[in-house]
Amino acid sequence: MRLRLPAALFLLVASGSAGAADLVVSAAASLTDAFRAVGAAYEAKHPETHVVLNFAASDVLLRQIASGAPADVFASADQTAMDKAAAAKAIDPATRQDFALNRLVLIVPRGNPAKVSGTGDLAGPGVKRVAYGDPASVPAGRYTRAALEQQNLWPAVAAKGVLAQNVRQALDYVARGEVEAGFVFATDATVAHDRVVVAAVVPTPTPISYPIAVVASSKQPKDAAAFEAFVQSPEGRRILAGFGFQAP
Amino acid sequence: MDGIWVPLALTLKVALWATAINLVLGVAVAFGLARWRSPAREVVDSVLTLPLVLPPTVLGYYLLVLLGRRGVFGAWLDRLGIELVFTWQGAVIASTLVAFPLVQKAARAAFEAVDPQLEDAARVLGLREMAVFFRVSLPLAARGITAGALLAFARALGEFGATLMIAGNLPGRTQTLSVAIYAAVQAGDDRTAGLMVAVVSATCVVALLLAGWLAPGRARRVRS
Repeated sequence: MRLRLPAALFLLVASGSAGAADLVVSAAASLTDAFRAVGAAYEAKHPETHVVLNFAASDVLLRQIASGAPADVFASADQTAMDKAAAAKAIDPATRQDFALNRLVLIVPRGNPAKVSGTGDLAGPGVKRVAYGDPASVPAGRYTRAALEQQNLWPAVAAKGVLAQNVRQALDYVARGEVEAGFVFATDATVAHDRVVVAAVVPTPTPISYPIAVVASSKQPKDAAAFEAFVQSPEGRRILAGFGFQAP
Repeated sequence: MDGIWVPLALTLKVALWATAINLVLGVAVAFGLARWRSPAREVVDSVLTLPLVLPPTVLGYYLLVLLGRRGVFGAWLDRLGIELVFTWQGAVIASTLVAFPLVQKAARAAFEAVDPQLEDAARVLGLREMAVFFRVSLPLAARGITAGALLAFARALGEFGATLMIAGNLPGRTQTLSVAIYAAVQAGDDRTAGLMVAVVSATCVVALLLAGWLAPGRARRVRS
């Protein structure tokens, strides 16, 4: 009886550390729902592996990996973040592949209080705030800036910008009605389709393609490569398609 | 370098406002609690201390749910033309809330340390209750209250979690130093982040030194 509490405490502490079969997948915030499903499907096929998912803005994940975070797979929402990872020698460049395509959309809260029907309306007085990811660290924000720069709307929108830490935070700001409009990926808008409405699909100067790679410092590169192969397999592609991602 | 002045000025504005509000609110509540004889007193005290132990994200969530446009009081505030989410006033509310217990606790201890006989003497000499408070109790407790206010100022300077949730990250408008540091680190801009970290650290050290110097314990030691 007396031993039980210390033993329970030990188990509690010990259970927090990663086991040998943990495969840590650092994935862009926009992949949250899709990669949860992919991870579960992968675990069903590889019961010896436990997939640990880590979601954040791509540049945050990159910073973590470059600082020595024990990740095995890195999936980012744009090539810029993956290029930075390659430049920092944080990934194995031979394993880098594009695995999904997405689109940038302009979303408004349900009811569309500011009557926004396209990016041109954002400069008007009815729109006080626009949410998008911080272009310095969030791919969706970089796509937003590039798209609006092409339409000569960037300065007008940036003056109303609410910078989100990742694309899902921008989605949340719009869903809560705290901003009149926001920029997210089409797949994010689908997740919150009961609370946000897509006002327009926004063309981007470069296609929105998601790269994936094995982390250079991974202690289990074979498992990591197997996960990457699963993402690219017909089953992985089917799961991603179910969440609105297109094949590259 | 110029990137640091705007968030610094905003941070000081927010922290000063939060400290000023807490001086009035915290002192009033502390005086009430110090003089109130009721078993409910400690319950009220505990609830008011919650911001000290609750995660700031929890406080931020409460604020967002209460004060957001679609929040409990949101529509009502909207009608009054008051906007708090994504404004610097929202940041003041967040900082005020997290720093409140620091002033309240220090002020209550300071009021309880005031010798009631001095207050009674003032009453006997014909001072009204308001005058007793402002001319006897408050001056005697001032040192402890100031120490609490400095701690609250330091806490407000560094407030991050609740601020980010309610005031967001709007450069030039709600981007305080803590939020700017977070954004700079995420973007890999270590130079800017390092500079801002140094400024916040130095300011907090000065505030803590002042608070320690003013703390009642030290004062007694100096006098004896």
